[in-house]
Amino acid sequence: MPDVTAGNNDPVMVVKDLHKRFSSLEVLKGITLSADEGDVISLIGSSGSGKSTLLRCINLLEIPDAGSVYIHGELIQMTRNRRGEPLASDPRQVDRIRSRLGMVFQNFNLWSHMSVLENVMEAPVHVLKVPKKEARERAIAMLEKVGIGNKLNDYPAQLSGGQQQRAAIARALAVEPELMLFDEPTSALDPEMVGEVLRVMRQLAEEGRTMLVVTHEMGFAREVSSKVLFLHQGQIEEQGTPGQVFNNPESERCRQFLTSHL
Amino acid sequence: MDLQVVWENLPKLLQGAQLTLEITVTSLLIGLLIAVPVALMRLSKHAVFWMPAYAYILYFRGTPLLVQLFLIYYGSGQFRAELSDLGLWGFFRDAYFCGVLALTLNTGAYTAEILRGAIQAVPSGDIEAARACGMGRALMYRRIILPKAMRLAWPMYGNEVVFLMQATSLVSVITLLDLTGVAGRIISKTFAVYEIYIATALLYLVITYVIVFLFKRIERRLNRHLA
Repeated sequence: MPDVTAGNNDPVMVVKDLHKRFSSLEVLKGITLSADEGDVISLIGSSGSGKSTLLRCINLLEIPDAGSVYIHGELIQMTRNRRGEPLASDPRQVDRIRSRLGMVFQNFNLWSHMSVLENVMEAPVHVLKVPKKEARERAIAMLEKVGIGNKLNDYPAQLSGGQQQRAAIARALAVEPELMLFDEPTSALDPEMVGEVLRVMRQLAEEGRTMLVVTHEMGFAREVSSKVLFLHQGQIEEQGTPGQVFNNPESERCRQFLTSHL
Repeated sequence: MDLQVVWENLPKLLQGAQLTLEITVTSLLIGLLIAVPVALMRLSKHAVFWMPAYAYILYFRGTPLLVQLFLIYYGSGQFRAELSDLGLWGFFRDAYFCGVLALTLNTGAYTAEILRGAIQAVPSGDIEAARACGMGRALMYRRIILPKAMRLAWPMYGNEVVFLMQATSLVSVITLLDLTGVAGRIISKTFAVYEIYIATALLYLVITYVIVFLFKRIERRLNRHLA
């Protein structure tokens, strides 16, 4: 197990010179990025710029072709198979690291055969081996926090999109994640439900959670994040505080992107 | 139409139906136990796993059940010496054992294919969410994939159960006195072909109806999350 106290001096997450290609298409062309405790980093950019792929490389839902990922100073060990394809050398290390990260998907991806409460309890009970009673209490607290404490025994299909996404955020929170990854969490929602999800995310940011958010919500990126990254064709084209990126971008492409998205 | 002959022979027919049910349930239960690992093997990337599963499924889906039954029942006599050495001849000499074995292997293959299809139909988002929270493969299969696949497979499995129940009538040709076997024997004594086969058909119909009814009930329970 990693030494938690020692880990606190390290950035929560470091990505170094990350490359990823899908057959002939190079999606990430050397991304370097780090998140300190309490950072809220927004990844913006047009579709196809690689921002979702970058997020998914961090918890190895996509396997990067080159580069390294550190979580609290711990390097995720990579190797190559006989055909030269990259893969994690120790699946158990990957599982362990994933269990310390919380991920929220564009399409919620709640397990539809489980109630909302069961969804939130699943990882704590079966992955982290938290006693059921304790996990249950914590799950209820999380669901109350995201404002659906009255939907514990409903099934995902019985909830609205916004409620489903808030349940998914509660599920990600339930493992007390060191870093939360949000992959376009409001893109699949009806406009009137976007606000309720953003409010929850803003609240998490204010609590000092470390978050990495792929988003098209420029208002959120500007007001809530501590750092904004603009990706273009697999590279970081512009980065800085929201003030710098939104008010004074150096890159012409970033300026154009912002004009068409504000 | 002579209803008297049906009435007189009803107890015998019901006894036959009992054997039909017994064979059906036994084959289904053991067949299901075979199907789960076979389906998982079939989905494996490693040839040592998927090739035997593939061959098994291909053979039992690709040949008529009656031929499988004959091969096991009459064919095993060819290997009497070997089977005796293994202490298995006692089983293969018995028509009941051979019938159940053929039906079990047959339904095992079909059920494995149903399960494989259902496992592959589990939404990729469910699997990603499971991976993202650190579930290993075994846990993911146990908690997410198989429970979900079971729900997807259930209606098709209901079909398979009805099919298998009807297919048990074939064991009558290897001397077993299931519903069809009993009917044949009664007819050879009474010559009431029409009456007895109608009664037999109705009994099969009743059993089928009960199976369909039970499967619908359970399906509704399994899918209460989709309300």
